Amino acid sequence: MVIIEANKISKVFNGATAVDKVEFKVDKGEIFGFLGPNGAGKTTTINILCTLLKPTQGVAILNGFDVVKEPDRVRASIGIVFQDPSLDERLTAWENLNFHALIYNISKELRKERIQQVLEMIELWPRRNDIVRTFSGGMKRRLEIGRGLLHFPKVLFLDEPTLGLDPQTRNYIWDYIHQLKRREKITIFMTTHYMEEAENCDRIAIIDHGKIIALDTPAKLKNLVGGDVITLTTNDNKAAAKEISGRYGLEVQTETGHLVFEIANGEKFLPEFIGRMQEPVTSISVRRPTLEDVFLKLTGRKIREESGSAMEGMRAKMRAMRRR
Amino acid sequence: MNMVNLRAIYSIWLRDIIRYRRDRSRLISSVAQPALFLFVFGTGLSQGLAIQGGLGGGNNYITFIYPGIIGMTILFTSIFSAISIVWDREFGFFKEVMVAPISRAAVAIGKAVGGSTVAMLQGIIILFFAPLIGVSLSIPQLFLVLPLMFLIAFALTSLGIVVAARMATMEGFQMVMNFLVMPLFLLSGAMFPITKLPGWLKGLTIIDPLTYGVDALRIIMLGPKAGAYSLVSDLTIVTVFGAAMIVLAVFMFKGTE
Ligand SMILES: Nc1ncnc2c1ncn2[C@@H]1O[C@H](COP(=O)(O)OP(=O)(O)O)[C@@H](O)[C@H]1O
Ligand SMILES: [Mg+2]
Repeated sequence: MVIIEANKISKVFNGATAVDKVEFKVDKGEIFGFLGPNGAGKTTTINILCTLLKPTQGVAILNGFDVVKEPDRVRASIGIVFQDPSLDERLTAWENLNFHALIYNISKELRKERIQQVLEMIELWPRRNDIVRTFSGGMKRRLEIGRGLLHFPKVLFLDEPTLGLDPQTRNYIWDYIHQLKRREKITIFMTTHYMEEAENCDRIAIIDHGKIIALDTPAKLKNLVGGDVITLTTNDNKAAAKEISGRYGLEVQTETGHLVFEIANGEKFLPEFIGRMQEPVTSISVRRPTLEDVFLKLTGRKIREESGSAMEGMRAKMRAMRRR
Repeated sequence: MNMVNLRAIYSIWLRDIIRYRRDRSRLISSVAQPALFLFVFGTGLSQGLAIQGGLGGGNNYITFIYPGIIGMTILFTSIFSAISIVWDREFGFFKEVMVAPISRAAVAIGKAVGGSTVAMLQGIIILFFAPLIGVSLSIPQLFLVLPLMFLIAFALTSLGIVVAARMATMEGFQMVMNFLVMPLFLLSGAMFPITKLPGWLKGLTIIDPLTYGVDALRIIMLGPKAGAYSLVSDLTIVTVFGAAMIVLAVFMFKGTE
């Protein structure tokens, strides 16, 4: 069953196209990811789906409701964790959740029970009466996720849920997200620019410059890369590259002192390959392709080469400060 | 208003109350400022001035400005509460409210009710100075003063929301202080009698809505002779102004994305 349907939605800001005829369907119960570099249009797409922005063109249906024509119905169907912090840091964890429960019209009988249930799930029950300002970045993020869930939404939006968190905390957050999918059986729509995190999704749309350039399961996306990725160094990379492309008819890329190419069944290929090379191999490795390789293949760029303008850099810094 | 929006108004109100209760520094400074005005300014000018009969009802200067200082406290607190919307916008909390399935009107009204309650509470704190000033208030007087303070606060908070609705950053706060709050305060007759002013100044006091709030407070607290207008006309003007402002505030909120 389809729960989100975006039909060629576009958003133009003062003549600049941020989202360009984006089209996709999300099935009920799946974790659907939007993967793309900074400024690709991920947040803008979420803002359209959650009724905060009107699309310049196109139609989006969420839980059977049109996001432009029936915004209140859509709002009641969704929970959202914004990219930037949105807690009231002067309230306690419990007060933040109680505020949310009230504006989402959760009945009095259910309210207390549900708040406790959520606080226990995000492991903040013992800290419920502490002011949010005293929380760590990871705790705040967990509280925001808990808050997004509180009113039993059909769809939970997570906009860069792990941005600015350290790797350990990021892993924790992911544990919660998986736990949540099992327990609450909701649909999760998330965005990230961390490749390795996108692997957690059932399906991924890769977005660049406002356009979806690929959409599939992580495994199938990785099949777009022709097999395993071989990285090697030699004394004369130029000559070696020529030799490899000449003998195997492969495309060889040069990356800061390394040669990189793709081949099916990399492990089996390796012994024979090393034996036959005229140019002696000084180091070599085989690895499975990652989504980074997919992005590189599709766009010719690395996703994390942050094109980040000064403004974005500043925003990231402010975010990091607030997260503390 | 259905149940959903009543709950929303309640929750926005509750948040303002919790934050107010928790903010000790705001509490202290908001008492300190009126106290300074009242005791330092009031006492100082009382010594130097002998405004024969001009204060109405034979009041001395400090007694005369006491209702004005309550008006000032309500003004500052109301506008400050309303402007906190801009903080919420800058710190992201506003989005949590805007994405909720509640009407924009409920958000504006909740904020107006929350801000006015806080401003009224601040006004009540200043009421505790009454014995020190030599003003004695009877129980019926108190029963009139409290709703009046709320009414004035509601009108001013709504005005503040109208201003805050389109403010993107707190950078405009200084402008609001200089071009809205200070003129409203100085022209309200909180610190001087408005009956014998030159024409241009008199004209300015007439268009200041706080003039009528302060005048009504003065009539109730110090007696009918202390007022420049009648209580009925004061109340009518404040009520009409408040109603117009909350309607405008709701309207402004509906337009925000
Ligand atoms: N309110 C806005 N006004 C003007 N331009 C905007 C606005 N919001 C986003 N943009 C622009 O739209 C593009 C996409 O931004 P965004 O959706 O935030 O990207 P992402 O979330 O993928 O990093 C960027 O170029 C950004 O500068
Ligand atoms: Mg974003």
